[in-house]
Amino acid sequence: MYRIKKKTKLYQDIYSMWIEAPEVAKTVQPGQFIILMTKEKGERIPLTVADYEQNKGLVQIVFQVVGKTTDELSHFQEGEYLYSFIGPLGHKSEIDFFGTVVVVGGGTGIACIHPIARNLKEAGNRVIAIIGARTKELIIMENELRAVSDELIITTDDGSYGRKGFVTDALKEKLDQDTSIKRIWTIGPPIMMKVTTELTKSYRVDTIVSLNTIMVDGTGMCGSCRVSIGGETKFVCTDGPEFDGQLVNWEEFMNRIYRYKEEEKESWQHFKGQNECRCKEN
Amino acid sequence: MNAGVRRINMAEMIEMKERTKREQVPMKEQSPSDRIHNYNEVPLGYTKEEAIFEAQRCLQCKNPTCMKGCPAEINIPTFIRYIVEENFAKAYLTILETDALPAVTGRVCPQEEQCQKECVLNKRGKAIAIGRLERFVADWARENGIHGIKNADNQKGIKVAVVGSGPAGLTCAADLAKMGYQIILFEALHKPGGVLVYGIPEFRLPKSIVEYEVNEIRQLGVKVITNQVIGATRSVKDLTKEFDAIFLANGAGAPRFMNIPGENMNDVYSANEFLTRSNLMKAYLFPKYDTPIKIRERAATIGAGNVAMDSARTALRLGAKESYIIYRRSRAEVPARAEEVHHAEEEGVIFHFLTLPIRILGDKEGRVTGMECVRMKLGEPDKSGRRRPIPIDNSNFVLEVDMVIDAIGTMANPIVARSAKGVEVNQWGYFKVDEKTKMTTCKGIFAGGDIVRGSATVISAVGDGKIAARSIDAYLSSGKSLRKKSIVSSEVK
Repeated sequence: MYRIKKKTKLYQDIYSMWIEAPEVAKTVQPGQFIILMTKEKGERIPLTVADYEQNKGLVQIVFQVVGKTTDELSHFQEGEYLYSFIGPLGHKSEIDFFGTVVVVGGGTGIACIHPIARNLKEAGNRVIAIIGARTKELIIMENELRAVSDELIITTDDGSYGRKGFVTDALKEKLDQDTSIKRIWTIGPPIMMKVTTELTKSYRVDTIVSLNTIMVDGTGMCGSCRVSIGGETKFVCTDGPEFDGQLVNWEEFMNRIYRYKEEEKESWQHFKGQNECRCKEN
Repeated sequence: MNAGVRRINMAEMIEMKERTKREQVPMKEQSPSDRIHNYNEVPLGYTKEEAIFEAQRCLQCKNPTCMKGCPAEINIPTFIRYIVEENFAKAYLTILETDALPAVTGRVCPQEEQCQKECVLNKRGKAIAIGRLERFVADWARENGIHGIKNADNQKGIKVAVVGSGPAGLTCAADLAKMGYQIILFEALHKPGGVLVYGIPEFRLPKSIVEYEVNEIRQLGVKVITNQVIGATRSVKDLTKEFDAIFLANGAGAPRFMNIPGENMNDVYSANEFLTRSNLMKAYLFPKYDTPIKIRERAATIGAGNVAMDSARTALRLGAKESYIIYRRSRAEVPARAEEVHHAEEEGVIFHFLTLPIRILGDKEGRVTGMECVRMKLGEPDKSGRRRPIPIDNSNFVLEVDMVIDAIGTMANPIVARSAKGVEVNQWGYFKVDEKTKMTTCKGIFAGGDIVRGSATVISAVGDGKIAARSIDAYLSSGKSLRKKSIVSSEVK
């Protein structure tokens, strides 16, 4: 079973959990994901692995409460068990020596970019990290990223911390200044990855995105996660989750990830309703 | 008919003449108008009286041809005789000797193509209803708490890994456990059963029955570990270090798409996704269960196999107002079981034969608004012996549908094979095996079911599992082991 070893509230609705999953921890690599279920009646959701400690058998996930499953997950306490925790799934990030690289993280994507940055640093790259969020409190894992990057730039939309503006503003500046940048990773909200890819196109710098599609099995069986990459249908679960951002059909991708919007809302309301009833009973 | 039943002395076989004269006992079913509003099983099963009345028709042939048609190797005349004698427990144990999944095979086997096809009674009328009788016996045993006989301590201390808990894996695991081997059964999903759980709908195979039979197999000493993706969580190579032999039965798994424009729109599903959401994840109970499924008014299922029938019938139950089967050949070439086609038609599924989709139409938000198709005609027979469908020029038309389910078959999922270098696959990615032994190109590693055959039936997977179990026993009995081998040589790199 998959015990929650440590739970930390990073901010309001952003949580970090370290899960006891020795077999996943043993083989997981940066860029890979897991699929979890909170309960038997739950849905299977994919989450990119934030970090791992192989010798302790632990895998870290970082998530924001955005719907029923993440809401329910946030109510789990240390010592409790998840119903299912499957992985590691998908391909690992292509870690190599490139020279100068930029990792761009937004939202909970900041957590996912961290092990990639660390491994890129260990491979001898000069790592520039750009992380951004709406406001100061949403900037997570700042110290961890600072430790594995040569330069860390923080942006907030409201200017409450770091530079005012978006990650793309900071990235544009960097690209203008530094022509030695060989590769960029960007993980975060879909719109952020899309805009980043649009920006980097004219600079002709390889830009890797990590796609967070809807999945069911996560092992190539259902095709729920399919997306057009360079005009060809690919499965994010077995062909990805990382792809060349320039090749992604963003319109199709965005349509598909929001295709259960109404049902997700209904499910969350149903869950909240149940919780309220229980509170009243108590 | 009930009156007739009462007049007969149950414990006796009836006269030969009477046996050939008596007609096959039909099985009661839920009416189509009722059943499209629920997920309960469609056929209701025989009563005790009906089962005996039907069993009495069996000629008890000295050289039973029916058994030749049974990959599960069931001693058919014997179990039927026990039914006549009202010894249902003995009948159950007889089946269980060779078939670990009787309630499953009694429901989903195409008996008309297997055991019943060989029945001598076919010459005089209808074959004995072996499948229905098997189902009756298995259901009776489950309801009356009759269990298989647990093996005594014949533990050999030899470990076999079975990858995949579908019909091939479960059968192989059960047979090997009965021989005294220690079996670990790895399942990638959170529930065991493979296609029996994610693929076949509740109304054809209730999941509680699968769960029950899996638990009975567990009682034989088989340890089932779920959430283990072989090829991801651990590799086949890892398994060769821990186990003496391996059986790969991970299923075909990867969905096939038409590769036509518009196929990645929101309301287009693979049958695998559609059925997995509904069956494994129980989306039909949403929001009690968390996984949603989106149903529009007019659902088009492309393909005409059993999976297509399951999809079209599921769409109706989930609330589609119209459900179409789109098939490029004609009725005569439909690959699904006649019974499934019949059930689908009864429920109101509309068949569009000689129709080939070429484009799915939709709006900017990714919602399907229609499907462009061409009419087909049949030409000369192709390699499969079926007449080749040929598009008719300028016959394009738009079928007004708003959701599409691709049920045109599966391909090999490469995830297991990728982690098993040294185990050869063919050009389609299926494991190459020796026909007789099911051994792969790597000694000690065996394979069966859909990951060898492509999309086939539950019963052929059961048959593969049985053959593999015997071969694995022979391999291990001769003192060989993957573990020993991995010390001396390393065929699996």
